[in-house]
Formats: sequence, C-alpha cells, structure tokens
Amino acid sequence: MKHKFNVVIIGGGVIGCAIARELSRFQIKTAVLEKEPDVGMETSCRNSGVLHSGINYKAGTLRAKLAVRGNAMMDEICAELKVKIKRIGKLTTALSLDEMGGIDRLMKQGAANSVPGLELLDRTAMQQIQPGVEGIAAIWSPSSAIISPYGLTIALAENAHANGVGFFLKCEAASVAKNAEGLFEVRSSDGEIFEAEVLINAAGLGSGKISAMAGVPAGNNGESLKIWPCRGEYYVLDRRLEGTLKTLIYPVPGAKDAGLGIHLTPTVDGNILIGPSADYIPEESPEDYKVTAPVLEDLRREGQKLLSDIKMSDFIRNFAGCRPKRTSPSEGGNGDFIIEEANSLSGFINLVGIESPGLTSAPAIAEMVRDLVSNHLPLDEKKDFIAERPGFAGHFCELPKEEQERLVKEYPEYGEIICRCEKITKKEIRDAIENPLGARSLVSIKYRARNGMGRCQGGFCTPRIVRMLRDEYGFAPEDYLLREAGSSLFSGNVREGEND
Amino acid sequence: MIREFHDLVIIGGGPAGLAAAAAAKEAGCRDILLIERDRVLGGILNQCIHDGFGLHAFKEALSGPEYADRFIQKVRALEIPVMERTIVLELSPDKVLRTSREGEIKEIEAKAVVLAMGCRERTRGALSIPGHRPAGVYTAGTVQNLVNLENIMPGKRVVILGSGDIGLIMARRLTLEGAKVEAVFEVLPYSSGLQRNIQQCLDDYNIPLFLSTTVTDIYGPSGSLEGVTVAQVDESRRPIAGTERYIPCDTLLLSVGLIPENELTREAGIEMNGVTQGANVDDCCMTATPGVFACGNVLHVHDLVDFVSMEAARAGKNAALYAAGKLERAQRAIAVTAGDGVRYVVPQRITRGEDISLAFRVTAPARDKTIEVRCGERVIMTRKETRLHPAEMVWVELGTINLDEISSLEVSVR
Repeated sequence: MKHKFNVVIIGGGVIGCAIARELSRFQIKTAVLEKEPDVGMETSCRNSGVLHSGINYKAGTLRAKLAVRGNAMMDEICAELKVKIKRIGKLTTALSLDEMGGIDRLMKQGAANSVPGLELLDRTAMQQIQPGVEGIAAIWSPSSAIISPYGLTIALAENAHANGVGFFLKCEAASVAKNAEGLFEVRSSDGEIFEAEVLINAAGLGSGKISAMAGVPAGNNGESLKIWPCRGEYYVLDRRLEGTLKTLIYPVPGAKDAGLGIHLTPTVDGNILIGPSADYIPEESPEDYKVTAPVLEDLRREGQKLLSDIKMSDFIRNFAGCRPKRTSPSEGGNGDFIIEEANSLSGFINLVGIESPGLTSAPAIAEMVRDLVSNHLPLDEKKDFIAERPGFAGHFCELPKEEQERLVKEYPEYGEIICRCEKITKKEIRDAIENPLGARSLVSIKYRARNGMGRCQGGFCTPRIVRMLRDEYGFAPEDYLLREAGSSLFSGNVREGEND
Repeated sequence: MIREFHDLVIIGGGPAGLAAAAAAKEAGCRDILLIERDRVLGGILNQCIHDGFGLHAFKEALSGPEYADRFIQKVRALEIPVMERTIVLELSPDKVLRTSREGEIKEIEAKAVVLAMGCRERTRGALSIPGHRPAGVYTAGTVQNLVNLENIMPGKRVVILGSGDIGLIMARRLTLEGAKVEAVFEVLPYSSGLQRNIQQCLDDYNIPLFLSTTVTDIYGPSGSLEGVTVAQVDESRRPIAGTERYIPCDTLLLSVGLIPENELTREAGIEMNGVTQGANVDDCCMTATPGVFACGNVLHVHDLVDFVSMEAARAGKNAALYAAGKLERAQRAIAVTAGDGVRYVVPQRITRGEDISLAFRVTAPARDKTIEVRCGERVIMTRKETRLHPAEMVWVELGTINLDEISSLEVSVR
C-alpha cells in the first residue's frame, strides 16, 4: 500500500518524536516510521534521564548550542505534555587540586555557552547542597535536571499523534529512493510504500545505515557518517534510597572519555541509577543490550564507593543502552551532532551521531529541523493545534490525598491497585493499554504506567495484567509480547478450551 | 475522608490472616475486619494445586486450595467481615490504615493490627545475572500463577535456577504439562527445598539437580530466550572458568528465595530484624510497636503452611486480647538469640513466658547434632536430631517458663 505524506521521519526515538510534534503545529502531513512496536525503545529509553546544562560541550558546537536551548525549553514542554521534570541541579566536583584545571576549563566553557546560573562552590557550599559529598570544589549548574526519557518520548509522540501525525510501528525502512516526480519513496520491510517531499533521518543507532541507504555516504563537509555503538550498562537501585541524593554529582570528565563517567543519578520516580559504563561494541549489532559480569561488578563497586549505604538488596535491576557515537574507539571523546540537509540530496535531512546530550537537545533540534523543512514546504500554523496533553504528570499515588479521593469517585478504577510495589492503579494500566499509538507490549504498558518497575519486578502485576489483557482486550497467549516483535512471552494455553 | 473504626484489622487473607482471624474471633473479639487484596481469600495457596498441605495440622494431605478452604469456611462460619480486592496503602504507627479499593479510598483506625502480608520472590535483578533481558525469564511463583490460575504455558524447554520449593514443584508441574525440564541448578552445595520435594518432584521424573552450579549468562539477542550458560561455582560462589556449558531453552524459572513483604511494616517504623527481614516479635507475636502483631511469611519465611496457621492463631488470639485491653503490659523482655549453627530464632524476645515455642533455622546441613537452649551457662533444654537442614524450620517447645528465673535464651546446634 502507498501512503502519501509531506514529511516522513525515520525513527521514533526522542528526536524523531520531538520533530514530529514540532511539525504537527503546521498544516502539513507527517509520518513517523519506527521499526520497533513502540516509540522510544532504543537509546531514548536507555539512558540516565538527565537534562544537561551545556557546560560539557565545546563552545560553538551544535551540542553546546542545542543543549542550552533545549534545556531552557523543557519546563514549558513538560508542563504542556504532563511530563515529570525535577530541576535538581548538578555538582561537577574536583576531588583534588590537579582537577581544578578541568573545573576552570568547564566554567569558561559554560560561560561561553551561556549556561545560566553557574557558580563555583567551595567545599562548605557543596556540603550545603549535598551533605557528605566528596571534593574540594565544584561547579554548580542549577539548570541540570532529571526527567523520564521514555516518558518524554511517549508524551511527544502521543501529542504529535493527537495533532494528526501518523505513527507506523513495526515499520522498518528497507529502501529509500527518489521517484520520477522527485518524491522520496521509503519502502518498509513488509512492503508498504511511504511517499514524501521531505525525508528526515532520525534513526539513531541506524542513522549511518539509513543515510547510506539514501545514497548519502558522508556529511556536507566530508565527515564520516559511520556510527560507532558504545554500550553503557546501568544498575537501578531500590526506592529505599530515595532522597539520599539531593542533586546530580559528576566527576570532571577527561577529554578522551566516551561518556561523562560512572555516577549516581536519581530518577524522577525515586530510584537511583549507577552507570553508565562505556564500551564500544561491534557495529553489526548496535542493539546488543546485554549486561556483562565484569561491568556489573565494577558498577556495584563504584556505586558503593559513591554511596556507602547501598545494600546488596538495593540492586533491583540492571539494563544497558547504546550511544550512537561518531568517534571511533581510537579517537575517543565525542563528535558533534550532524544536523543538515544533504547537499547531494535535496529534501533529505540527516541527523547523525545524536548521542548525549540528545535528550536535552531534542526540542531545539526539532526547531532546527523545522527551519530546514520550511525551505521545502510552506509551514502555516494550524488553528486547532492541541498543545496540551490530558491527565496529570506522574502517577496517581503521587497526587495529593484529597485529589486522589476526588478522582477515585469519578474513576473507580483508580482505587484498584494492580502493581503493589509502585502503587499503580487499574485505571493507569487501562490508560496505558489504550494508548493512542496502539503499542501493546508489556514494556509499552510499563513505560507508560510504571507497573513492574519496583522491587518485585512485575512478579505481582504480570499475572494481573495478563488476565486483564485476556478478559478485557481479547488477548490469546501468542498475542503477549515483552518488548520487540520477537519477544513472545508464552507458548500457548496449558489446556485448550478451558478458559472461563 | 471516610474513617472507620474496628477493634482488630488483619492485613492479608492468606493462610496467616485466615488463621489469625479465626483465632481472634474464638478469643472473643467481636469487631474484626479481614482485608485481602485479591478477589478471593486464600492467598498463595490458591495457586498451589499440588498436595502435601495439612499433614501436621489435619493429618491429611490436602491441596493448597483445600487447605485454604478449611479456614475460609471457618471464617465464614464465624461471620468475620472480609473486605476483598482491597489494598492497604499506608499504616501509621498509631494503627491508622489507608485502604484503597475500586471506587473508594478510606481510613480505618484499629485498636490492634495483625500483619499477615506474606512474602514475595527474589528476582533476576537481585541476582545480577549477566546477559540479555529477553522474554522467558520468570520467577517460579509467577509461572505457577500463570499455569495454574490463568491456563498459560510459558514455554516448552525449561531450565530452573534455584532449588527452592516453588521451583521444585514447578519442575514437576511443567513436566506433567508436556514441557521438557532440562535441569535444576543450585548455587549452594545443598538444596534449598524440602527433601520430600526433591524426591517427589525431581527424582521421580528424572530431572537432574546440579549443586554448586549457577546461571552465568542469559542469551536472547532478538527478544526471546534462546538459552542459558551455566557454570560450577567455587566456595565463594564465583563461577569456575572452564566449567561453562550452554543449554538451549525458552524458559528460565528462578526459585531463588522469598522475601517477607514488609513495606507497610517499615513505613510504620516498626522495628525490623536484619536476618529474617521481618519484624522483631515477642512470644505473643507482638512487634515492638504496641498493638501491632505479625505472623506467617511476613514475619519469617516458613517451609510448611501448617506452622503458619499455628503461629497465626497465636497472633490472632493475642491481638484479640490486646484490643480488649486484656493483654497485660509486659513487665520485662528476655532476649532470644541465635547461637552456634543457628541463623535466626523467632520470637526474638519473650515477655510472657507461657506456652513458648521457638522456631529457628540452621546455617548449614548437619547430621547427629544436639539442639541446646541455654540461659548463660545453664542448659534449659537439649534435643538430639539426626538430620538438620537450612530448608527446614526447626521448632522447640519450651512450655511455660518462669521469667524470674531466666535472663536470656540462646539457641544453638552442637
């Protein structure tokens, strides 16, 4: 089947979804093609969930400019889209005198990047922000914040969807070509054809491949568009430790480091993350999200060094994500984002190497891409653009008690708890199951409702949700997916014809 | 905010809560509320369709639902009010509960509370098993629920990590339903399940049990489990290089321990025990917070439900007395401690001294040992045992003891 759009975006990560939402303000038809059964399933859901201030990026780079701009845009976006954000600030700490050079360099860089509110703190001032923190001095960057990265991605996508963007899930681009009329034709692996005037490559880990597929092997300045996947592993700690970290604490990064170093990050939902590690993995399998024994051991040790109160029972889960880096293991460090319309292919907008601070930069990248799109399409604003997403930010159990009691009368299912650890209600599970994108895997429900993210890791809620999907949504055993297309949960019924 | 008042509120309608409720009513408590979060009473027994329950309590081999039903009938006959599909969101130290069910959130103030919330399973995350995180990795109890209550089969080729009782039971259950159970692997040099379950669930079905062996890698790059790597471990439980072998499978069951579910207990600020992961209690099953009692798997993980019922009856009776103002204030508290060869003892203190029974677990398997209960150098009781095992709880009955003559108790195995 042939689908006609003005703009097609390949990739439903936070970047693709932010662009989709930005373009949905205008009277054009936009589609997002995502190879997974939901948006935000790769890099966008597998990171620290930190909005960076912008001090870490070389002045004049896109990373510096877009991080500072994107960070500043987030409060309004989160308010509109009902996404939890906490401006907890960050201390970049110097442990000894020889790290003061690094502090000085970052302060200057931050000033050059117009990062708001930077202060150089001495030991006493550091202690006031985070009692017990190590170090002799620190940079305080108050605009640093935490956010749910998948929560933001889903919110952007659902709002874009409400404003008419077409989301095609489980839709992997197999070929890209321009047809006789000069329109792009993207063919999916199951034979669908998407036609568009403008094609946007926001494929993250797959962006190098998509660019090559489109016949654009290099950037406009001859840069390599090869993606070097660099895996980061994390631990998730129990909410028992909620509140022990008042702010983000990072070491001064070395210039050659692939990431910002192993650190502790509180999440908006009250967990703490330890990580990420940084290990380059073979480029043929950029989505190999396994965790490894030596790295886990490292993370446990580093974590316990940073926070001595961590007990073995606090490690409730681990996961891994992957940075789509432009720099090879031998180069180290980071390359700048590539965000440009290819000189050699009119209407093909390439976004390559959007690693950290991609999450922070997403809304600013979306504006930049919008301006590139406007060279090809008239962007007239819609009169009926819906800026707000319905509902409330966060979870029912976080609402004030009076508000809970009022809502439970209006929606009785707010009274029924499905996930005991995180106190997630049946109404929230139902809203997640009935999400507008039609994503129905257990992880899709979990990323929306937060069930199964507590200390029992779904032991309690999984059978309840399985039952709900069967009884109320007609699921057969083969319909249950954990996450991706191949992740079938069950082999069948125990006995046929015995469901009652 | 709606606020109700009750003499006694019991949190949890599993075997512990049911027995506590019945005993409380029989002890004269007329205003009891039993709160259950599921649709029906019975707790975890509802998914335990195998038999072997009640051998001590009823001298019969009952299935889990049959065992539960005995108590449910009793609770019905005693006309004890039950609030199903209700979860307790909060418990305050002064015994005010915040409950939630469809259409209603309310507060309940109680004179006495019995904690009977049971336990939950340890997960893969807690073990930090390396590898992918594909579909097909479950805790054994979750699969027991899916298979026995929801008619859902997880897979066809199964590996089980951990020789806890639920894993052993599920090895047999899945075999009976046509799955191939490749093996059970246990990281410890001995099994963590009951001996009778090893015999009846593994040996009788030729399912091998490998001790001192663990899963070192989970393989499932495309999203569903394809196999696991297992390896032998040394004395400090670290994998021994060169002993790895890969086993193709589509399901990995974890039966690696149970954890008392004490979120409410902790939030209420009730004194906890680091070893049992339950509250510290006295011989009335009362916690350090006056009027709050605990029993069953929320107090310490039991091996047999019969003993849960027995312990819960004690908690229920004393909670009823407390609510009626008839449980006299303790004049003193004698500490009960774990000595050589003993991991923990419940109760942790004795305040009344009547009809004392101590429950404990040993630290390692042992043969031909003597259990000794001492007060300082004075031996209070000894008992010879031919076989002791960490998987099996040991009970010692001391009868009534005079607290004036005893300053402390230590249980040891020599």
